[in-house]
Amino acid sequence: MTPGKTEGPITVTEDGGYLPGTHPDLPPPSSVHGPVHWIKVNLFGSVTETALTLVAAYFLYSAITFLVGWMFVDAAFTGESRKDCRAVATGACWAFIGNRFSLFIYGFYPEPERWRVDLSFVLLILAMVPVLFDRMPQRSKALIYTCLYPFIAAWLLVGGFGLEQVSTDQFGGLMLNVVIGVTGIAFSLPIGIVLALGRQSQLPIVRILCVSFIEIIRGVPLITLLFVAAVMLSYFVPPGTNFDLLVRMLIMVTLFASGYMAEVIRGGLQAIPNGQYEAADAMGLKYWQSMRLIVLPQALKISIPGIVNTFIALYKDTTLVIVIGRLDILGIGNSSLADTKWQGLSTEVYVFVAFFFFVSCFAMSRYSLWLEKKLHTGH
Amino acid sequence: MADTESPTQTKAPSEPSNGEDDIIRIIAMHKWFGEFHVLKNINLSVKTRERIVICGPSGSGKSTLIRCINRLEEHQKGQIIVDGIELTNDLKNIDLIRREVGIVFQHFNLFPHLTVLENLTLGPIWVRKTPKKEAEELAMKYLERVKIPEQAAKFPGQLSGGQQQRVAIARSLCMNPKVMLFDEPTSALDPEMIKEVLDVMVALAESGMTMLVVTHEMGFAKTVADSVIFMDEGEIIEENEPHEFFNNPRHDRTKMFLSQILHH
Repeated sequence: MTPGKTEGPITVTEDGGYLPGTHPDLPPPSSVHGPVHWIKVNLFGSVTETALTLVAAYFLYSAITFLVGWMFVDAAFTGESRKDCRAVATGACWAFIGNRFSLFIYGFYPEPERWRVDLSFVLLILAMVPVLFDRMPQRSKALIYTCLYPFIAAWLLVGGFGLEQVSTDQFGGLMLNVVIGVTGIAFSLPIGIVLALGRQSQLPIVRILCVSFIEIIRGVPLITLLFVAAVMLSYFVPPGTNFDLLVRMLIMVTLFASGYMAEVIRGGLQAIPNGQYEAADAMGLKYWQSMRLIVLPQALKISIPGIVNTFIALYKDTTLVIVIGRLDILGIGNSSLADTKWQGLSTEVYVFVAFFFFVSCFAMSRYSLWLEKKLHTGH
Repeated sequence: MADTESPTQTKAPSEPSNGEDDIIRIIAMHKWFGEFHVLKNINLSVKTRERIVICGPSGSGKSTLIRCINRLEEHQKGQIIVDGIELTNDLKNIDLIRREVGIVFQHFNLFPHLTVLENLTLGPIWVRKTPKKEAEELAMKYLERVKIPEQAAKFPGQLSGGQQQRVAIARSLCMNPKVMLFDEPTSALDPEMIKEVLDVMVALAESGMTMLVVTHEMGFAKTVADSVIFMDEGEIIEENEPHEFFNNPRHDRTKMFLSQILHH
């Protein structure tokens, strides 16, 4: 705590000498480390720096006090209309969000059936555990459940086979974002891997197919693809058959993310030295064995930042379903603003929606950092 | 290129045998990299338990030659026959030969995401279908042979260069190969680590392993090799037993090469 006074027990001789080969390891002088030193050097190094530090501190202080005041201190948490809020407080009117909370979460999913959404969400978390933590006991059995999860979730959410049928038109709110986001994330990674490997294939037909797919998908905006999903795909299916709009969107979002994923993974593949392929070949491993055991584990590890980047982008892009008339969490927020009882509360709505996305994306980002650290095996 | 200086090699005494006991036979083999003629009319036979050292200036094709033997490089003309199997485009033959031939690389090429033990058991488990437990026992046996059993749980990145190369040798041995190829195994090492790797190679040679070694370690050639091959510009210029090779080189190019590497 008090750097500058801890030189006591170390026997630095007066003439500063040790015999060759007997010099002990000494700690660095306390004047070059410790928090006080850091503050001195980094915040108050010169007159200009001191001035900048003070100005920045003032701005931070006023911004934080304003935000905390608006969000918590002066905020109203209960009430039935905007008037009620204003009557008790000058800050944010969270009563609005609270009032509409279930709409934000479930959209128009029929109320008596909402336990199915809750259950599938809980099951989702359970399904993610073996994927996220590779050291868990009985992991291979748990992974079987994870692979079955998409079917279980689809059955729970859509119904049939003993459960009441719920039309996908009624999906909405946060639940719609999660359904699209999780589906896109879960399927775009394997498809992206296959595309990236295909792009490097020795077989010209495979390579050309993969390259054209990637380039076409990346060359078109996602909104365009969603319009294609909404309007054009129905021309391609036989008349009379009903190809669910949500399924079409899921396919488009997944394919879109796969194109980006393929390029991210290709970057990782190119970073693997040739010697790794040669060592795997020399050992007699088959192509898929050497990919699965040697090349992909290393390439995917290198690609983690890019992969998570794509996941985060995809997750936020789920709000684009608004353009084809589906109300996700942002869409629900937008349409709630039309209610005359709650007019003028757009800030609260957008802060709430932004907060939800921030929490999800920040969690992904932190997990990826943790994973990178865990997989680091060198030096 | 060198029509005048007859490229037909002075054959080692083993020439007449011509027999079935040759584990490797290379007959009139050529290789090109695009337009570049890297290997020219290579003829070589290696008997079981024979130790051959290949030397020559850089770019002479020595590494390419041994990399052709397990098909890391493809030859375009001539024949390579390993253990009675001819190397062709037939993937089955390539797989069979790769199981019999181990290789140690200049830059080790260990798998950095796997522990030392996992590096060693990978081949036995996935290629030889050995049960995991057995593969681990085998791996520990070879780690003891290269004298680093205590490093089994570490990752390659945590080991010194010499230790990594010894792990790489053990990894090849775990596949129980009939022939071991060494592609400049000590060239990437710090000087103080060369000996520990050479010691392992000498012990391996003494155990009767068939070895083809590309190296600049002439001390190793003198003590271990049954014959030394000198290559230059893609040709085998001279092949002889080590004493004659070093004391009585026949070709000018060999003499020049030896004077360059021995007196510096």
